[in-house]
Amino acid sequence: MALQDSVPLSTPEIAVELADVTFGYERTRHVLNGITMTIPRGKVVAIMGGSGCGKTTILRLIGGQLRPDAGRVIVGGQSVPDLGRDALFELRRKFGVLFQFGALFTDLSVFENVAFALREHTDLPEELVRELVLMKLHAVGLRGAAQLMPSELSGGMARRVALARAIALDPMIVLYDEPFAGLDPISLGVVGQLIRKLNDALGITSIVVTHDIYESLKIVDYIYFVSEGKIVWRGTPVEVRASGDAFVRQFVDGAADGPVPFHYPAAPYREEMFADG
Amino acid sequence: MASVAENRAVHVLRRLGGVALGQLSRLGYSARFFVAVLRNTPEAFRRLHLTLREIYFSGVLSLVIILISGLFVGMVLALQGFDVLQRYGADQSLGVLVSLSLVRELGPVVAGLLFASRAGSAITAEIGLMKATEQLAAIEMMAVDPLARVVAPRFWGGVISMPLLAALFSTLGIFGAYLVGVRLIGIDAGAFWGNMEAAVDFRQDIVNGIIKSIVFGIAVSAIAVFEGYNAKPTAEGVSSATTRTVVTSSLAILALDFVLTVFMFRGVS
Repeated sequence: MALQDSVPLSTPEIAVELADVTFGYERTRHVLNGITMTIPRGKVVAIMGGSGCGKTTILRLIGGQLRPDAGRVIVGGQSVPDLGRDALFELRRKFGVLFQFGALFTDLSVFENVAFALREHTDLPEELVRELVLMKLHAVGLRGAAQLMPSELSGGMARRVALARAIALDPMIVLYDEPFAGLDPISLGVVGQLIRKLNDALGITSIVVTHDIYESLKIVDYIYFVSEGKIVWRGTPVEVRASGDAFVRQFVDGAADGPVPFHYPAAPYREEMFADG
Repeated sequence: MASVAENRAVHVLRRLGGVALGQLSRLGYSARFFVAVLRNTPEAFRRLHLTLREIYFSGVLSLVIILISGLFVGMVLALQGFDVLQRYGADQSLGVLVSLSLVRELGPVVAGLLFASRAGSAITAEIGLMKATEQLAAIEMMAVDPLARVVAPRFWGGVISMPLLAALFSTLGIFGAYLVGVRLIGIDAGAFWGNMEAAVDFRQDIVNGIIKSIVFGIAVSAIAVFEGYNAKPTAEGVSSATTRTVVTSSLAILALDFVLTVFMFRGVS
């Protein structure tokens, strides 16, 4: 699969495009430095990198929660930073978002969590809402848990409920923020397979921010590696496995030291140990 | 030597300026936040069940502490009041003393302080935790404004609950004073109720007391939702925000009470 930076904006094949995006939470320190990526419609694309490399910031820029300092963020042909509040909310109706730990509403049951967007944005009769919610819960295997409260769910179940909630309005794009974090191997496999199957069955585009290389290689079509706010490597899972790039190798092999150093920057050890006072 | 002193003075001035600018900016932000909550009010009332639910959490669940406190405050007020009044042979005016104290001051103020501790802190902690667990971000990403869905119903739930709680506090306080004054001490029931009825003016005392409790309700609810919404999304951040709600609300109630009393009871004997 060839993903080119030079693909013209607003083509029907492109779901999301970031062009030369720079962003910093503080003026003096940039979290992202000239990020350019193209996410084709209907694909599952992973954005990978170590903790604090700016992966989640990319999701927030795509969702319009943050505005870039420079560069363009185009979603479905619309420039996200230029949208007004109403237009942004209109665009967000086409999004589904799975947050890192699910972010389920703790005062609502599983059923009501999934029904939330349907009740807020549609005037569907209660019977139809019920059918749609049960259909989404069935898709993630939790129809039987509809009446449970979020506090009664395991981590994996909560993530699946959040997934059902994310696809409640049949979104165009689903953003996944660390969907595999803190899951046991079985739940991890279930969530991974659900991401792939729902993407293909519903014809959505999935952007998965994660640092779980093994699960990602099984389900995604393309991977961007981000380090220190820049894209350092990109390719298909086959290319990742065959890559000799030092960063990719360190990530795949889980090596403690490499392009991502083990030590936080500090003065030389000897100098600090024998310093006066 | 002079330049060191000058530098220190400049440094102090700069810090003072920084603090003042920071506070001014926070004040401006809180005013904008409050306007945004008011702007989202029609949207919040469209989902009336959310506001009713908040009235239950802020009002109904605060009933126990408000009613018990009101009863005891009234009983203590009767004991202390009787002790002083009987020295001047005015023990028949106990009902007047208790009712005016409760309706004008103690009802709104003590109920407000209890409301800030019980409901205000709960509102801040709930919104702060929703922020820390990304529930507010989830609502926003589902194209729903958290100000309309989460903040405005809690604000109005508090504003509506507060005057009702203050009224119940005063009622139970008067009942407590009746138990002690009439039943225990033996003051004539007719004098207790009759003098109270003659002395308490509906417009001057009761309406002003209600206005006070509405103002306190607005202050406590606004502070609670503001602190929760702007809490740092960490355990420590939520804890600090909850503490700030109780402290700021309590001080705001006492300060506002003074200002309102100055305007409301000028020239009242």
